[in-house]
Amino acid sequence: MKIALIGFGSVGRGKSGIISAGGIDMRAVLDRKKATGMCGTPGISAWDVITTADYDLLIEVTPTDATTGEPALTYIREALAAGRHVVTSNKGPIAVAFHELSRLAAEKNVQLRYEATVCGAVPIMKALEHGLAGNEIIKISGVFNGTCNYILTRMADEGLTYQQALMEARELGYAEADPTYDVQGIDAAIKLVILANTVWGLSTTLDDVDITGIDSLTLAALELADGQECTIRLIGEIIPKKNILRISPRIMPKNHPLVVSGTLNAVMVDTDMAGEVTLIGKGAGSRETASAIISDVLFIRDYHVKRS
Amino acid sequence: MKLEMKDAPGQLVAALKPVSLVGGNIVAVIHQHDPQHLSDTIDVQIVLELPEGKLETLVNLIRNEGVNILRIGEERLLVRHSVILIGHLMHTDLSDTVDRIDTTGFAEVAELHLVMPAIDQPSSAKITIKSTSDEAMGEALAILREVARQKKLMIIEPLEDHQ
Repeated sequence: MKIALIGFGSVGRGKSGIISAGGIDMRAVLDRKKATGMCGTPGISAWDVITTADYDLLIEVTPTDATTGEPALTYIREALAAGRHVVTSNKGPIAVAFHELSRLAAEKNVQLRYEATVCGAVPIMKALEHGLAGNEIIKISGVFNGTCNYILTRMADEGLTYQQALMEARELGYAEADPTYDVQGIDAAIKLVILANTVWGLSTTLDDVDITGIDSLTLAALELADGQECTIRLIGEIIPKKNILRISPRIMPKNHPLVVSGTLNAVMVDTDMAGEVTLIGKGAGSRETASAIISDVLFIRDYHVKRS
Repeated sequence: MKLEMKDAPGQLVAALKPVSLVGGNIVAVIHQHDPQHLSDTIDVQIVLELPEGKLETLVNLIRNEGVNILRIGEERLLVRHSVILIGHLMHTDLSDTVDRIDTTGFAEVAELHLVMPAIDQPSSAKITIKSTSDEAMGEALAILREVARQKKLMIIEPLEDHQ
């Protein structure tokens, strides 16, 4: 199987180090990764690779633009239209144009997989699609942003103020220089949009999510919660039957399965047959994201390429 | 609740057994023989805690045991729920915020814990609301959400269904 890899940031690098372990033909990857501009073969752009290279599967890991999904959206659209499988870690295009892209993939009889877009290494998409196949998914709730969870954990455990915990998160590389996207709940909200659209087939956008971030949370609030053996976590919730799609800080009993520490992510799926199923794991990081991408690539190799 | 039962062995146990069947908890049993009472029945008062919505089932079960229920004095506000509010709580008229819940008739603020770190800093408060039922709690919280929106307060709710 020949793979084209577009995007050679931390996610792309994390993956190329691991990808040979999957027993995949690295030839195309090694050739094409140089065309991303990072490693430089002057004159060959990502677009050239996508439109002219000989490959079976595109791994798209360029930076996310949550509002337009570009340039990744154009790359993915083009690859699918040309009958190539696509694996992406990019939240933008999946949040913005999932239905269009999945229709296109179905038309061309190729796969579009996006495990890495929600909760990093946690195989939530495969759990929902295959592991819990046949169940009615009633509700999904979870901790979808590791940066916020880290800040809240440090405030609760060490009595740090919000500003102190945020600075610490920055120093450790858990928060961006501009943390807005994380702390205001936008990153988590995009993941809810992806889940709502892919799991229930809804057509939601970021504007449909009722978002409250953690940036005005006080230490006193955490202390008040602590007084009743509770803590506060930023929780995302989708309950389609009740029309609920929201990200908000919530008071949680300390022993609740979704109360995880540090940068961990957690997702609880409420189903009709299986009851509640909770998955916990690392939601970010280059090796963790690579894990999700590799599993998508191998899924396609095993179930779609070998058969054809 | 006040019960009337036959003054015979085993009657009290029979009357109390249904309480645990519906998941209730007996707080007190007041069992007094009244010397002036000439009939062959006795009156017993029991105080108990019941899960939401179980009263009717309990009443039927107790009646099936042949025990007559004379009076049910129901503690009205049984559902408790705490939320945290953050913002300029005093400057946005905290007593009005509380009043909006208290004037509903089906819910009231039972407890308020306020932390004010400094004059120009946002304060934080834990507000415990008691209400008559889950539905009433849902309505009370909806009112509080609206108040929070108007007064630009942040509201942190528990992760439970009171949507």
